[in-house]
Amino acid sequence: MPDPLFVNGVDLGVVVIAAVKVIVVFGVLLVAVMMMIWFERKVISDMQNRVGPNRAGPYGLFQTLADGVKLFFKEALLPDQADRFVFKLAPYLALLPALLIFTIVPIGGVVAIAHHSVELQVADPPMGILLLLALSSVSVYGTMLAGWASGSKYPLLGSIRASAQMISYEAAMGLTIATVVVVTHSLSTRAIVDSQALSFFHWNIFRLGILPFPLFLVAVTAELNRPPFDLTEGEQELVGGFNTEYSSLGFALFYLAEFMNTITMSAVMVTLFFGGPDGPGFHFVRWLWPILWFVGKTVVFLYGYVWIRAALPRLRYDQLMGLGWKVLIPFSLGWLLVVAAFRVGTIWGFGVFVGCGIAGSGLWQAIRVANARRQVQEESSPRWRQQNPAEAHLRAVPEPDGGG
Amino acid sequence: MADKAPKRRSLGFFGGFAVTLKQVAEPRVTTPYPEEKLPKPPRFHGRHVLNRYEDGMEKCIGCELCAAVCPADCIYVRGLDNPPDAPVSPGERYGFVYEINYLRCIHCDLCVEACPTEAITESKMFEFSFTNRSDAIYTKRELVVDDDGMPRQLPWEDWRPGEDEHSSGWMRATSPSGAVEYEGEQQWSGELGYGVRPAEGGQSDSRNDVATGNISIRTVERDKISRRFGGKVRGT
Repeated sequence: MPDPLFVNGVDLGVVVIAAVKVIVVFGVLLVAVMMMIWFERKVISDMQNRVGPNRAGPYGLFQTLADGVKLFFKEALLPDQADRFVFKLAPYLALLPALLIFTIVPIGGVVAIAHHSVELQVADPPMGILLLLALSSVSVYGTMLAGWASGSKYPLLGSIRASAQMISYEAAMGLTIATVVVVTHSLSTRAIVDSQALSFFHWNIFRLGILPFPLFLVAVTAELNRPPFDLTEGEQELVGGFNTEYSSLGFALFYLAEFMNTITMSAVMVTLFFGGPDGPGFHFVRWLWPILWFVGKTVVFLYGYVWIRAALPRLRYDQLMGLGWKVLIPFSLGWLLVVAAFRVGTIWGFGVFVGCGIAGSGLWQAIRVANARRQVQEESSPRWRQQNPAEAHLRAVPEPDGGG
Repeated sequence: MADKAPKRRSLGFFGGFAVTLKQVAEPRVTTPYPEEKLPKPPRFHGRHVLNRYEDGMEKCIGCELCAAVCPADCIYVRGLDNPPDAPVSPGERYGFVYEINYLRCIHCDLCVEACPTEAITESKMFEFSFTNRSDAIYTKRELVVDDDGMPRQLPWEDWRPGEDEHSSGWMRATSPSGAVEYEGEQQWSGELGYGVRPAEGGQSDSRNDVATGNISIRTVERDKISRRFGGKVRGT
């Protein structure tokens, strides 16, 4: 179903409504990012027995504003080796997708304003959720180009990590989104939300059998470069990661993009799996309740993100890649097949389920054997024996050089 | 498997979430500093004061031992003969010029230990963030205590009434105010506004020190000392 705003042609009222929606969402997002940064710092300090920001404004609410003003007035350094144009472009490439993805998120229900039926979301394009996939690919460019254009070693390493990580997790993310689309029969986010609105048990998290949601959560967290997947900015290894060379406004934009992405992705998760603005409403101010439900659910996820950051240590790089390729992608692919088969028929469903189980255990065996082989290979190397002398003499592998 | 290794307590994957969530209900460890200040340890090294005797005479005799011992080279002293009709200090000479450069001072307290007359001691005031280099050099005008024997508060110094208490430095008991049997032990030096304070715990039975009572500083400060050194504080 197309956007009902444009069904009866475009007149001045329609243009005004569309413009107002854009401006409101833009403003609200910026304020939300400010609040999110404050929220994150407060919650994480709660979890570390600290007080957190409490100087600027009541409860430190304006801390982000103060930081932003400070950053704005700092000098924007441009490294000698930097590619000037790309270096300046990259922060905007990181920020724009974060803003644009939010346009397809349904914030509330459908309301009537001046004889126009208005969906409370900026845009409802028919390709909907594909826009999310496309734009999250674009945001890889922001990170990638920032590191490359800095003309500096550590940012480059950080951006290489980032692009490898984001591309590998994008596959798992796409496959779980495909699972949702298979059930909904539509790419439009409004249709996805509407199909979940029937009852609590029609929410996709239950309809799809729980599993796709944690897969999506992990994939999105990696996509956002948030802890525990923030290898792009591993301070111990990479100084500051891909944005090391950025200062002033460029740095502020990256920071803004990071937190805006967090908010946007929480909103997307609510849309895809938790019924979006769906929830019990009441008779007075009928249009407000869906918005409140949406905001409430999103805040729960934001708290979850902060909690994850407080609780989990950063992954090692090979663990990160292992998790992406050996766990998330097989599981999401298998679950997509199972869900699709159940749409065809129950017998098909169970058949594919068993098939996926067999294929999965085969894959598990293969990974296990490969790991064991690699271990043996590694332990037979003279270097390993030199580094682990205590264990080396327990192994039966002879010294390759015959010993001394 | 009879000799099983002792099981290590592991948080597991979700343990971290439980731990972090539990902390939300725990009390905060932060002190909201400018509003609320922690009590300072008895031996705290803050900015210096130049003391006087009860009759208003300055204790400094301009011997320059403090300047000689200073490892940071931050003290500049020039002595001058006392004018016979209006002596500044009881003795032959007095400190005519006395300057401490606080951009160099490391607050090691060696000057306090070197001083033969307990003229220079360190207070507990550390909040004196001057904004230019000439303010960093404290002269006699800033260092010498006022007529009541209290340290002078300069416009850029942030300390409040009561915070100057226990502002004595501490020094060897072999100095003039110390008793012979405590040779080599530390004791508090006397100051005009606060009087002579008794020696530190374990040195005297007849003492009534506000900070330490009749017990040693280590016992008093147990809450702030790491367990490794006999205190109560967990960790490290």
